[in-house]
Amino acid sequence: MIITRHVCSSNCQPIALAEIPVLSGDDFREELAEQLGTGGQLTALFGQARSGQTVRLYAVTSEMATATLRVFATDVSDRYPALTPSCPAAHWFEREIAEQWGVRPEGHPWLKPIRFHRSHCAGRDAWERASGQAIAPGVTNYFRVDGAEVHEVAVGPVHAGVIEPGHFRFQCRGEDVFHLEIELGYQHRGIERRLIGGPDKRTLHYMETLAGDTTIGHATAYCQAVEALAGRDVSLRAQALRAIALELERLANHSGDLGALALDIGFLPTSAYCGRPRGDFLNISALLCGSRFGRSLVRPGGVAFDVDLERSKQARSRVDETFQAVAGAVDLLWHSPSVMARFDGTGAVSHAVCDELGLVGLAARACGVDRDVRRDFPAGFFRFAQIPVSTWHTGDVFARAYVRWLEVQRSARFVSEQLRTVPGGDPRQDLGPLQSDALVVSLVEGWRGEICHVAITGSDGRFAHYKIVDPSFRNWIGLAMALRNQPISDFPVCNKSFNLSYCGHDL
Amino acid sequence: MPFPAADPPKVSDRFRGLPVIDARKCIEGCRRCGEVCPTDAISICDGRPRIDLGPCLFCGDCVQACPPGALAYTPDYRLASRTREGLIVDGTAFQLADALTAKARQLFGRSLHLRQVSAGGCNACEADINVLSTVVFDLSRFGIQIVASPRHADGLIVTGPVTTNMRLALQKTYEATPSPKIVIAVGACAIAGGPFADLPEQYNGANSTVPVDLYVPGCPPHPLTILDGILRLLGLLDDRAPGAGGRLDHREHTKA
Repeated sequence: MIITRHVCSSNCQPIALAEIPVLSGDDFREELAEQLGTGGQLTALFGQARSGQTVRLYAVTSEMATATLRVFATDVSDRYPALTPSCPAAHWFEREIAEQWGVRPEGHPWLKPIRFHRSHCAGRDAWERASGQAIAPGVTNYFRVDGAEVHEVAVGPVHAGVIEPGHFRFQCRGEDVFHLEIELGYQHRGIERRLIGGPDKRTLHYMETLAGDTTIGHATAYCQAVEALAGRDVSLRAQALRAIALELERLANHSGDLGALALDIGFLPTSAYCGRPRGDFLNISALLCGSRFGRSLVRPGGVAFDVDLERSKQARSRVDETFQAVAGAVDLLWHSPSVMARFDGTGAVSHAVCDELGLVGLAARACGVDRDVRRDFPAGFFRFAQIPVSTWHTGDVFARAYVRWLEVQRSARFVSEQLRTVPGGDPRQDLGPLQSDALVVSLVEGWRGEICHVAITGSDGRFAHYKIVDPSFRNWIGLAMALRNQPISDFPVCNKSFNLSYCGHDL
Repeated sequence: MPFPAADPPKVSDRFRGLPVIDARKCIEGCRRCGEVCPTDAISICDGRPRIDLGPCLFCGDCVQACPPGALAYTPDYRLASRTREGLIVDGTAFQLADALTAKARQLFGRSLHLRQVSAGGCNACEADINVLSTVVFDLSRFGIQIVASPRHADGLIVTGPVTTNMRLALQKTYEATPSPKIVIAVGACAIAGGPFADLPEQYNGANSTVPVDLYVPGCPPHPLTILDGILRLLGLLDDRAPGAGGRLDHREHTKA
């Protein structure tokens, strides 16, 4: 008799909680190792408090080749043998579990807090901090290098640009960085906890602002999850408009990033020109829904704004014009030896490191990893229309810039074509109640990378738990790796080449 | 852009600017708008709705929910105010932000250096502040610049609800800014906590920690709203300027 140690699902397909096997600790570890060893990737690993002192750990793995997601669980109390030594991609997830639930993964090679908040299990703390003691952000046992010629440079949380806060600590010898420590948590607002018991009138607004530059990405992931739980598929028209909005978000951010990369190396022509087309893409989003950031567009059941023939014509011609402007500005980059000298070979992350640590999205594709949720776990309109996946192989700043340029070209063409042929249907419909005692995984390829939402409903059909994994949660370690053995003066351009979300990580 | 020497660029026809309320259309006893508002920005006083633009996300949930269509957004992007009370929309004329004292205008009117502090902001307000420094809006032509250190600054421009983990950093940055100094709070979060209001890990806005001189509502506010607010604060934009749009009588928008 074969006992399956996981349940299979796919993107936006709910599973009854009762079907999820709850394994012993050893079986859980073995199952995870086996799946990752046979082509799977760890997509989510998180805890949910149960009664008493038990925490249930859920693992979600994804297999590209068959678009299959696998879910399995195990129960732990206040400690368990860490998964990270055999599965490095679990490292940041295990730190989160430790911090949220006071559960210690014994043997974790680098157990530090990630958001610097108190554990949700009263009286339990993975670092045995006293319950009355205030938790100071950024104060932890970070990795240090000692030596007579070693010095530390500390930056942030308030740092020079108009940008969210984070703390960066460089271990340097002269100009060269041995290692970069990244401490986050300054933007922690407590969103996941607040979602429990929902959906309510604030839920969607949390999804739109958890990472404010990825409004469409997260709102789409959330809406797909509740629609799946309600057993409803939205109209083709709504799906097409959502896909258009998602790609416009990608276009605006990539254009802005290419300009910002140019600014960080002092190449003013591109940085000056790109400021305008980024705004122009944002204004096309505003043409659709009144908001430059796509707020109030994606709603459970569809989209809140319809786009008639005249509006779609206007949008299309603006997309085409703006694309030409970006193309002109960006082309300068590849033809300027001074730019290429700064981009080439800077901040390189190897394909092997990328795989081992489980990086996702743009940063992974720039290391040659051929993976994109739109193609590999298609949902919504991407089940009907595809965008070629853009990769490059060098893993350096150039690659992360060039993949953005490739994605701009491909997304612009997609948006232009789809605006010409928006399918019919009702833009929005009502949803009924959500399936109770169920779990659903919703994946979207946001502009930074793979967004994963896992919604768990209770017997009342309301959220018993809601886990959000922004691509930045997976990728901040990539920036730390990219800085090794790099001159510290390349930090701004490396940071910009990743351009990760602080608030999307902190929640 | 030539603004404020000429009209500002047109915003989208779906842009959600200053809301207007036609209370004559309200159904007696109806509280739908107040009930659906995600941040409880709408209260009903004497049967008339009042919208507090501070927590308002400009999301449109109230407009969609209102059965007789008594609520609407106008294209008016001029929303900033010097006081929290000035952000209440209740059917009387909306007071545009007035300028700092003559002494402050003398100090800051031709050169204003601002340090940005994101105290839990989601990056949308930050992005639309950043865009003010780019070629289209070109903040530096007014002598206004974002600077790298509070020690070089005349004031702070704050976003985010002030998370527990950023409170000390905000305090220290404010203290490191030499006096006299001003503080501008940009966005619903910085004014009143935004969607995160009353969550335990944050402090409901910038004025929990620092004194605020200008509130710019929105989620995020359009760059024109931010620019208009700052220029009014410095006395660089008043209703005599061609691009100022005139003192708009909001009641014009409720005429059939």
